[in-house]
Amino acid sequence: MITAERKPLAEIIDSIDAYKRILLVGCNECVTVCAAGGRKEVATLASALQMDFMKRGKHIDIREMTLERQCDPEYVEQLAPYIDQVDAVISMACGCGVQEVVRRFKAKRVYPAVNTKFMGASERPGVWAERCHGCGNCLLGLTGGICPIARCSKSLMNGPCGGSSKGKCEVSSEIDCVWQLIWDRLKELGIQDRYEDVIMAKDWSTERGGGPRKIVREDLAQ
Amino acid sequence: MENFEPVIVAFCCHYCAYTAADMAGSMRLSYPANVKIVRVPCSGKVDTIHMMKALEKGADGVMVAGCLEGDCHFKSGNTKAARRVVFVKKLLEEIGIEAERLAMFTMSAGMGTRFAQVAGEFTEQIRKLGPNPVRAGLKARKAAEKVA
Repeated sequence: MITAERKPLAEIIDSIDAYKRILLVGCNECVTVCAAGGRKEVATLASALQMDFMKRGKHIDIREMTLERQCDPEYVEQLAPYIDQVDAVISMACGCGVQEVVRRFKAKRVYPAVNTKFMGASERPGVWAERCHGCGNCLLGLTGGICPIARCSKSLMNGPCGGSSKGKCEVSSEIDCVWQLIWDRLKELGIQDRYEDVIMAKDWSTERGGGPRKIVREDLAQ
Repeated sequence: MENFEPVIVAFCCHYCAYTAADMAGSMRLSYPANVKIVRVPCSGKVDTIHMMKALEKGADGVMVAGCLEGDCHFKSGNTKAARRVVFVKKLLEEIGIEAERLAMFTMSAGMGTRFAQVAGEFTEQIRKLGPNPVRAGLKARKAAEKVA
């Protein structure tokens, strides 16, 4: 999933302080799962903003809405009946959702309420960790299913480096050395000889090196 | 301020604090009428939004009362509630509302005396803090609605 974290309230308040009517829009997908911008977080933020305004003797109307998916135009369209009734939109979706709202409602100011972080997985309740870098050319088949691009601080494809110590990365003792994890996994699978295979220099044009990316499925595209 | 009587919302777990409040009554122990009890099936049922809404609607203080550590009827509802209380306290601090307006207490069903004591102490703590700063905005909004 795409993970995100709520921005500091002061930053959100600062962005909407001049407005009187706000549409606060959450998303039922990734940001719901990582507890950053789902229905509950929308309600909590609305309540916090309301309290902040009331404390200062000000008044703000906040309409709460949570779309099934804020990165799809079909769902963003559901905002249409309400968009003219508000001065601005706060989006609790990832950056993709925010931009879809902007693309559909060009005349409206849209502010993000979360910082989009990374593509990750739930390690345990309340903990999300980066797992995929979206490099556009998956290597997981070569590395025992553990990604050195996303999980090595240097994205080394033939590791580990000299900074690996007792299975940890020199960047932080909280970070596992992914090449230690890969080695352990290869041993577990009994294919440690695969470690000898040199992974050739990666073509980064499939990642951000080639500029913003797009997928076009001719059979589906209209 | 002299006549300020705080409104305290107390979310009480059915299996402990609610019964403890009942026991306080049976024991003829008085506790302040300021404390308005909301019975919940477990303190773990009390979500962030319940605490926030209580304060947003003008409560001066919010208590979440659950079972003693390790005694939750649903295993870990009370520890979840305690963590949620910490989360909401931080949120309140971010908007400049005193975090002391929210507190978590634990007790067993037999602790009627503790319930009365905690209710009394918390009410006094909130009385010292004064009215919820949100109340001013609430009054202004109600006045504006009347004019409209």
